[in-house]
Amino acid sequence: MGSNMAENHPIAFRHVLQAKDHGATIVHADPRFTRTSAMADIYAPVRAGSDIAFLGGVIRYILENDLWFRDYALNYTNIATIIEAGFKDAEADGLFSGWNDKTRSYKVDTWQYEGEEIPSSLSEHLPSTTPERREHAKRLSEAPPPSDLTLQHPNCVYQIMKRHYARYTPEMVERVTGCPRDVFVKVCEAWAKNSGRERTGVVCYAVGWTHHSTGVQMIRAAAIIQSLLGNVGRPGGGIISLRGHSTIQGSTDVPTLYDMLPSYLPQPNAHMPHATLADYLKAETTDTGWWHNLPKYMVSLLKAWYGEAATEANQYGYEWVPKIVGDHSMLPMTVAMRDGLIRGMYVLGQNPVIGGSNADMVQRALAKLEWLVVRDFMESDTASFWRNGRLVQKGELRSEDIGTEIFLLPSSLAGEKPGTYTNTHRLVQWHDKVVEAPGDSRSESWFVYHLARRLKAMHAESTQARDAPIQAITLDYHLEGEYDDPSADDILKEMNGWTVADRKQVADYKALKDDGSTACGVWTYSGVYPSEDHNASRSRVPDAPDGPGTHLGWAFAWPSNRRTLCNRASADPDGKPWSERKKLVWWDAGARKWIGRDVPDFSETTPPDYQPDYTKKPKGMEALDGRSPFIMIADGKAAVFAPSGLKDGPLPTHYEPVDSPVHNPLYAQQDNPVVKKWLRPDNRYHEIGDPRFPHVMTTYRVTEHQSGGGSTRGVPILAELQPEQFCEIPTELAAELDIGNTDWIVVSTLRGEVESKALVTDRLRPFEIDGKRVYQIGMPYHFGWQGFAVGDVANALTAVVADPNSSMHENKAFTCALRKGRVQPGDE
Amino acid sequence: MAIHPRARDFPQSEFLGPIPDESEITAGTRIVPGRSYGFFTDTTRCIGCKACESACKQWNALPADNMALTGDSYDNTGALSASTWRHVSFIEMIGSGDARATEMAPYQSNWLMMSDVCKHCHNAPCLEACPTGALFRTEFDTVVVQQDICNGCGYCVPACPFGVVDLSAVDGKAHKCTLCYDRLKGGLEPACAKACPTDSIQFGEIGDLQESAHRRVEELHARGVSSAYLYGAPGTPGATGDLGHLNAFFLLTQRPEVYNLPPAPTRASRRTAPSLLSGLATVAGLAAAAMVLLRGRA
Repeated sequence: MGSNMAENHPIAFRHVLQAKDHGATIVHADPRFTRTSAMADIYAPVRAGSDIAFLGGVIRYILENDLWFRDYALNYTNIATIIEAGFKDAEADGLFSGWNDKTRSYKVDTWQYEGEEIPSSLSEHLPSTTPERREHAKRLSEAPPPSDLTLQHPNCVYQIMKRHYARYTPEMVERVTGCPRDVFVKVCEAWAKNSGRERTGVVCYAVGWTHHSTGVQMIRAAAIIQSLLGNVGRPGGGIISLRGHSTIQGSTDVPTLYDMLPSYLPQPNAHMPHATLADYLKAETTDTGWWHNLPKYMVSLLKAWYGEAATEANQYGYEWVPKIVGDHSMLPMTVAMRDGLIRGMYVLGQNPVIGGSNADMVQRALAKLEWLVVRDFMESDTASFWRNGRLVQKGELRSEDIGTEIFLLPSSLAGEKPGTYTNTHRLVQWHDKVVEAPGDSRSESWFVYHLARRLKAMHAESTQARDAPIQAITLDYHLEGEYDDPSADDILKEMNGWTVADRKQVADYKALKDDGSTACGVWTYSGVYPSEDHNASRSRVPDAPDGPGTHLGWAFAWPSNRRTLCNRASADPDGKPWSERKKLVWWDAGARKWIGRDVPDFSETTPPDYQPDYTKKPKGMEALDGRSPFIMIADGKAAVFAPSGLKDGPLPTHYEPVDSPVHNPLYAQQDNPVVKKWLRPDNRYHEIGDPRFPHVMTTYRVTEHQSGGGSTRGVPILAELQPEQFCEIPTELAAELDIGNTDWIVVSTLRGEVESKALVTDRLRPFEIDGKRVYQIGMPYHFGWQGFAVGDVANALTAVVADPNSSMHENKAFTCALRKGRVQPGDE
Repeated sequence: MAIHPRARDFPQSEFLGPIPDESEITAGTRIVPGRSYGFFTDTTRCIGCKACESACKQWNALPADNMALTGDSYDNTGALSASTWRHVSFIEMIGSGDARATEMAPYQSNWLMMSDVCKHCHNAPCLEACPTGALFRTEFDTVVVQQDICNGCGYCVPACPFGVVDLSAVDGKAHKCTLCYDRLKGGLEPACAKACPTDSIQFGEIGDLQESAHRRVEELHARGVSSAYLYGAPGTPGATGDLGHLNAFFLLTQRPEVYNLPPAPTRASRRTAPSLLSGLATVAGLAAAAMVLLRGRA
């Protein structure tokens, strides 16, 4: 669900087929019948953007029919935990307690555990509770979470969830999603059946879930189901986040995200108590759980960045790290560029005029810049927008009016440089350089290194305080080859970390210290280069044909070469495997440690019956009992109810997409109450059920192209496989509008108008939503004007609107108009 | 395919040179001249990713040849040709109206996908038709065109009952799948089979492939897919008309025509005698008629 795995992850889909060979039931829930549906046993059609209604229905089905894995969930989740008496569920109004209508945000005091303050496990650990409550509430190091294992307490999570999801009946699921109720019930049955000691089930999702204004909560809804069914931390279980580009997991770990430092440390924030390093560590270090180690990782990171310049006296250079002052993600950045607030931009590995929401606004924003640097292996659409872009072709921008100075720098491809890939499975895999890049093409590390080196040289003599960070930054890599490439081995070594005194590689992150004696660039990767001549990511030793199948000798999976996270949960509360069939790690009572087929994800020697001694105010892992597999969470239990960390509610709740054809059938609250909107003349949204825009549109990718198409549309043998833009239209709608297959059609929204050929198909079907016939149509977003496979830009239709938690756009679900014909000049 | 024990002989990301007999690791088969090799294409495992098409074009340096949307489902390739040696066809059978599928028998996709290729027939009609010897049978029991010998007469084109062989508009000569003759000589599995992520295309010795194909059919029958059958294995549809068997054979679940395959292909040479006789008969008839007419006039 939320993924078209066969099309967009065909190589990983090999494993799905192997599971099918072994008898697994494959379910695909999607707005379109795709190449993934074609391999499924059950295909559940759902309207784009209605996923939480569907998943909420599954939760209700599991609870009402008592199908959850009791021994697992009672011990390993917070299902029995008691929530504050003041907590009020989202009932008819669709809002939880703590709502402030003026600020349009929540204070989460009433979402907390009764009498206790629970830090979030996300990279923003400090909960958004009121200071008064924060002062009086207990910490998890003082008492265990209040709970009622009989589940009778009216405010225990089980009872709250049962009430919350009572309204998500199969009838309601059908009304909201359009999925026939009998199909929905079959999905529930299949899912619930793959639970318990002997069986597990897995959820695969991708950007079909993240690209929504409720994306984070969609994924949480799946997490709740998987936790209830005991499908986390066990072989064949889990929630697989299929990453959309090669090494995008790596770019999350070593983040390209504005609000995180490497390995999920929070970026210092001017609006948080982060003024000094001490303040930051106080606010962000959790008392309990693994994140209690945060100071070791933060100080080691600063030592890696600033080297000798980082001392205890200057807070290890903490004040040189820029503090964020708001949302600096791509969407608001586009708006700021459009408004002339940003002067220049680097584009590396991206094609924002194609992939960016409200693509016309993106072009107008780029036209406002003073300078733009694009690194790509061909002239991408982003580099050429000024001369043949969509707006220039339409006559809405004139090349001579665009003042942006554009620098197009040729980049090398994967085989032309060494480095690592980290993909869905957190596996850090080295790749070697096999050929020299042609001409002036250079690697990203070459570019960033030499840019930094020149900037450093430029500012070497400066006495200005603002230049101190660039003066202090370390650029300590061996240079290799004809063009002085920084050594990729050295970069990976820095990510692994070393002891400062003798510069010896550390064995893993457990060796890191908060006193400045160790340096480490990416703490989760620590262990990937554990000694001077051992690069674990180069290793390629598979298990022998007879198993065990965890392949611990194949590259390095962060953290600690662990293949399955939270794998303490693969053993029962007493530390024994749930079953022989689903054995992974277990407690060896004789040796008094955890052992097994994977690297155990728990304190190695903490026995299953360990209980914290609260008289000693235990900290860190000592505060978690022996039955707490989720060590990154403050209480060690899977948060089926999230007391902190989410801006839009502790339980996933169905809100309609911002552009929706119907009123929310479940609540008075139409869309996500905390959704980020940028309403302005060049970024308008559609009214609920606006008759001008009756159809639901979803944008997507096809196997034959990569994202913005920059790397595939210019490759002839790929371009010919999907040679131009098309719009998939259900047969019934095509008949209504007299559209024939391959006829030209125009799709329009208040953001823009796009033309393409029609692909009329029975693979899309009409939906009956809340008593109204709604057509779902779809369009790939790969196309642009550069390369051989060209076509109009689907993202000219989408809006700048974002999930409140992740600032992710909503390009997967919006409304539109459809007509036969072509765009006429001056149409808009 | 299970992990081959020899995979453990290469414990690092970087290899010092080509891996000897690589196909043993990637396909479980060591390539030995004198034995018969081919493809088993199992359409029930195909996800339509077209990796076979692009791997084939890349390895064989074939040009793109069709840059337009066909509107025929996701098939923008159309057909096999001189510059397209693998072709994935897409057949939508979702049903219409309220009868659209939501539940499907195992491996019964309702959206059929099938990667077509030269069949490398046991008795290859193209080879029989070739007057120059440009088409020959290799030491791997595959059928290959040598363009330096081919004179472009095109006799092989209508001889092929599957419409595989095609003359190139560029050099005027016949081109088709070589079953990666050059790769086989180097101990490498053919490009399409190696690229196939789901093992829909399997490469191997013909005997082994036929055996595993029969097992797969039985397995599918046991799982309730009674429509599964082989096309081109000895004694099955496709292996008709004296073709013997096809070295590239298929597992299908619908009638051959649905996949654009002939239900009963034959050798062109089998049609020579009847067509010669009917031609002679026609000539005789015409001659007789002419004589009658001429006699009448006289």
